[in-house]
Amino acid sequence: MAALVIAEHDNAHVKGATLNTVTAAAACGGEVHVLVAGHNAGAAAQAAAQIAGVAKVLHADAPGFEHGLAENVAAQVVAIVEKSAGGYSHIVFPATASGKNVAPRVAALLDVAQVSDIIKVIAPDTFDRPIYAGNAIATVQSSDKIKVITVRTTGFDPAAASGGSAAAETVAAVDASTNATFVGSEIAKTDRPELTAAKIIVSGGRAMGSSDKFNEVLVPLADKLGAALGASRAAVDAGYAPNDWQVGQTGKIVAPQLYIAAGISGAIQHLAGMKDSKVIVAINKDPEAPIFSVADYGLEADLFTAVPELVAAL
Amino acid sequence: MKVLVPVKRVVDFNVKVRVKSDGTGVDIANVKMSMNPFDEIAVEEAVRLKEKGAVTEVIAVSCGITQCQETLRTAMAIGADRAILVETSEELQPLAVAKLLKALIDKEQPGLVILGKQAIDDDNNQTGQMLAALAGLPQATFASKVEIVDGHANVTREVDGGLETLKVKLPAVITTDLRLNEPRYVTLPNIMKAKKKTLDVLKPADLGVDVASRIKVLKVSEPPKRSAGIKVPDVATLVSKLKNDAKVI
Repeated sequence: MAALVIAEHDNAHVKGATLNTVTAAAACGGEVHVLVAGHNAGAAAQAAAQIAGVAKVLHADAPGFEHGLAENVAAQVVAIVEKSAGGYSHIVFPATASGKNVAPRVAALLDVAQVSDIIKVIAPDTFDRPIYAGNAIATVQSSDKIKVITVRTTGFDPAAASGGSAAAETVAAVDASTNATFVGSEIAKTDRPELTAAKIIVSGGRAMGSSDKFNEVLVPLADKLGAALGASRAAVDAGYAPNDWQVGQTGKIVAPQLYIAAGISGAIQHLAGMKDSKVIVAINKDPEAPIFSVADYGLEADLFTAVPELVAAL
Repeated sequence: MKVLVPVKRVVDFNVKVRVKSDGTGVDIANVKMSMNPFDEIAVEEAVRLKEKGAVTEVIAVSCGITQCQETLRTAMAIGADRAILVETSEELQPLAVAKLLKALIDKEQPGLVILGKQAIDDDNNQTGQMLAALAGLPQATFASKVEIVDGHANVTREVDGGLETLKVKLPAVITTDLRLNEPRYVTLPNIMKAKKKTLDVLKPADLGVDVASRIKVLKVSEPPKRSAGIKVPDVATLVSKLKNDAKVI
């Protein structure tokens, strides 16, 4: 029996979340296979074959996979699982926007339950996963023959992106659905690291006061540290930062080496998204701010003077 | 066109839950229960679509214990026209809920199903996608904007790195993200009106659905605690700590 990892990719490259997912799949005990369902995605399939620990890459190529539509990708996964000679015991997705979109569709088509957002593999059928925004950890056991899983990437180290030499096999693409079509996307182009993969994150809260101030104060610090930018829900709701910068229960879950929270009070919602960071720095002028209760280093200061000082001192 | 809006009764988002000392779950005795916030956004969106004339009837549905009727009354106070409770005291997992909802789709034939992207108790983020799969419908998850045009829904979705727009043919399943809308404040007259609206009660067996759990919770434990570190007096000390002690810069 093997585990099938559904790669997250942009047709040219395999995204970082795939590497953590491979590690989680390997922990389930069997061989690890990776599916790259894309359009003109030969380069991504090649990259997947280089990942350490991957035994086989399955490459399905068709226009319907270009934007990762759930209807098409789920149908492809089910077709592969049903035709597989050896059978798959685990189907493993990263718990990213696209993984979360597709995985339950696969589970329902196979009539199995899904285990969402695992942070630990206890046994091939038993996993730890956070519930109640991370305020409790449930240890759950699946009785289904096939386990469909999404993986919280911060819970697993990334597999090495090179060193592997898996065979790549082309699989027949399923017919595309005509009920859903991709219209367009607005993906911010940035040279910064991706929020969920960044080693350092600089994050701002409501205290930033405006979008202009947010950029004026935090961008120089992020530039200096080569960091990704994040924000609290309050800052996003106030329009100081774009939606996809939101760190927290309902936004991104991050665990960088260094998380710098500037002007963030530390609502439970926000802490749920960043409390697994290795080192947390909090800069806040309110000595009672809950963020100080999780910070390794707390600086009680006005961020508008402290952050520029920090930029100058680095 | 009818819209079906599934809603879940959950521990209120302001309540900080405690893990029970015997590790069997979290303590929800005597805590405030409310409608899952994402589902509230779904009800609001459905009601707005009705106000715009894009839909004719909004049907709220909940699956669970008798007290879910309160959640359905809230949905009707926001503006849902009627409600259905699939009543059971069994613990329901997302696949079972999706099967119950699929049976209701067969019965009610809605043109659209709108529900929250996830419930804030189990944080599963599964039910909408599972329902779409079981009913053979297209899906548009994590919606931040919905427009109904000529038998289709144009849905802007929140994805990693930004936004994406899909066009799905109706009937379809849409799941809501945080910024789709801000639910209205429920007024007393509307609460009174909601009490008079129809609320039908069914059993899972009436819908021919087996709701047995596939996943067993072995234990629930406290997450590892993170302890507070130190306060530093100034930026220079902070930089020195980060360089020399933590070695992260």
